[in-house]
Amino acid sequence: MSDISKDQVKHVAHLARLAITEEEAEKLTDELGAIIDYANQLNELDTTDIEPTTHDQNVKNVLRKDEPRKWITKEEALKNAPDQENGQFKVPSILE
Amino acid sequence: MSLFDHSIKDLEQKLHNNEITVEDLVNTSYDRIKEVDDQVKAFLTLDEENARKQAKELDNTSTRDNKLFGMPVGIKDNIVTKGLRTTCGSQFLRNFEDPLYDATVVNKLDNEKAVNIGKLNMDEFAMGSSNENSSFQPTRNPWNTDYVPGGSSGGSAASVAAGEVLFSLGSDTGGSIRQPAAFCGVVGMKPTYGRVSRFGLVAFASSLDQIGPVTRNVEDNARVLEVISGHDEMDSTSADVEVPKYTEALTNDVKGLKIAVPKEYLSEGVASEVKESVMNALKVYESLGAEWEEVSLPHSKYAVASYYLLASSEASANLARFDGVRYGVRSENADNMVDMFKMSRSEGFGEEVKRRIMLGTFALSSGYYDAYYKKAQQVRTLIKQDFDKIFEQYDVVIGPTTPTPAFKIGEKINDLLTMYANDILTIPVNLAGVPGISVPCGFSENGLPIGLQIIGKHFDENTVYRTAHAFEQATDYHTKRPQLGGAQ
Repeated sequence: MSDISKDQVKHVAHLARLAITEEEAEKLTDELGAIIDYANQLNELDTTDIEPTTHDQNVKNVLRKDEPRKWITKEEALKNAPDQENGQFKVPSILE
Repeated sequence: MSLFDHSIKDLEQKLHNNEITVEDLVNTSYDRIKEVDDQVKAFLTLDEENARKQAKELDNTSTRDNKLFGMPVGIKDNIVTKGLRTTCGSQFLRNFEDPLYDATVVNKLDNEKAVNIGKLNMDEFAMGSSNENSSFQPTRNPWNTDYVPGGSSGGSAASVAAGEVLFSLGSDTGGSIRQPAAFCGVVGMKPTYGRVSRFGLVAFASSLDQIGPVTRNVEDNARVLEVISGHDEMDSTSADVEVPKYTEALTNDVKGLKIAVPKEYLSEGVASEVKESVMNALKVYESLGAEWEEVSLPHSKYAVASYYLLASSEASANLARFDGVRYGVRSENADNMVDMFKMSRSEGFGEEVKRRIMLGTFALSSGYYDAYYKKAQQVRTLIKQDFDKIFEQYDVVIGPTTPTPAFKIGEKINDLLTMYANDILTIPVNLAGVPGISVPCGFSENGLPIGLQIIGKHFDENTVYRTAHAFEQATDYHTKRPQLGGAQ
């Protein structure tokens, strides 16, 4: 039994913004199928009324005053950018 | 004998007495790196010029009361360092020459005058248990270079074991400090979740990640953790609780200590030589006046499945930031933005990283969220409750760190689930958020180290250190050194 089809794998790859070849899609279908199959053992446990743990500590909202602080400059922020123009990050066109 | 066979405390004394200089310490690092790193391959980037300059400056200072004055440290390459390339072991960040700021832990080491020697190899984005997922090179185990050093902090453990640095920092999401520490015969601590600021640690799974020290002995480990612990306003998940002096907890007294030994940690999947070493360790504790009993952590067997769903889900969100816009590599083969995202990520990420992003994206996707992500979170609650219950009656939980000693390079890389199962004894600790340490407790028939894992209550690193230290003082496993490139 495989819990994930090749079409689903391609859909998930799109959601994850990953380009995969037909060959990779096939391999991932098998691999993810095996991992999901393994994960299905969790269904042996009855978890009705069990609260999900999202975080180990009792984290609460942390508030602070909205005051400007010094951080990196614009030039520094652009230092590692693959492409830039006029002090901004440059990307390929969004519309075809 | 290397200077790094001494404890930080001893080296501090030697510096104080002018028997040695910081330059000697820094030379010890770079000489050893030149001698053995061709074999070990623990380092990705060296910071030699700065380190030597800093050594000279420190040797000329008169105030020397910092806790890590002049001590050479290596930093895992997922902890950002201003002006020093930080790659996370990924081709995606191969050109990330300047992260622009220092992680909080790096600032803290700097304030105590530790000297950064360089950046250490790791499985790409900390995903892996063998260092074979580093996209640059696999680090090798200093005890036998045909074997893996463990992962993902393989460079952190191997560099300390090989005597290339006095100590290092690693990160641990499912065992990534403790497992390589066990494989390399050094001391590795994963503190309580929230104990150490994660600001500047490139996030893998934010609800599980913790930074911790790798050292050659427990006392050094306690000292380093003292330096890097504490609340940080830059990480709102860092806990606002008092940081005790861990070094003062090392009393060598474990009389009456109550030890729980989960039967699931000594089950059939655990190698007999590992079981034997753990049983011998328990005898040592008995002789020191501690008591142990067998207990059950009934949900342990579900930890790996729960972990891979949760960690991968969090990773799929965290790694969305690698889009080829602001830093890292950009594919040159795309002519619109979405393709640019897709192709940059596909070209920049390795296989395991893509697989986990895919798994996480699937577990979080519409229609599967409840069945996988939420279910895994509920099972996490059950695993946490197992520990809560045991800690009502016992001070520490003890078992092996790993089911087997280090395995051969290439042995498990094609068998995903076997590779994942390797972390079965360390993962529950991250899911529960409690602290855990690995200390050397023996050697396998073929001479590879075995690690003893000691797990404590939330924010009770003191008891974990006291327990680990008492064992270390009663045994000599931690004094053994690998014979890499000749005796040192």
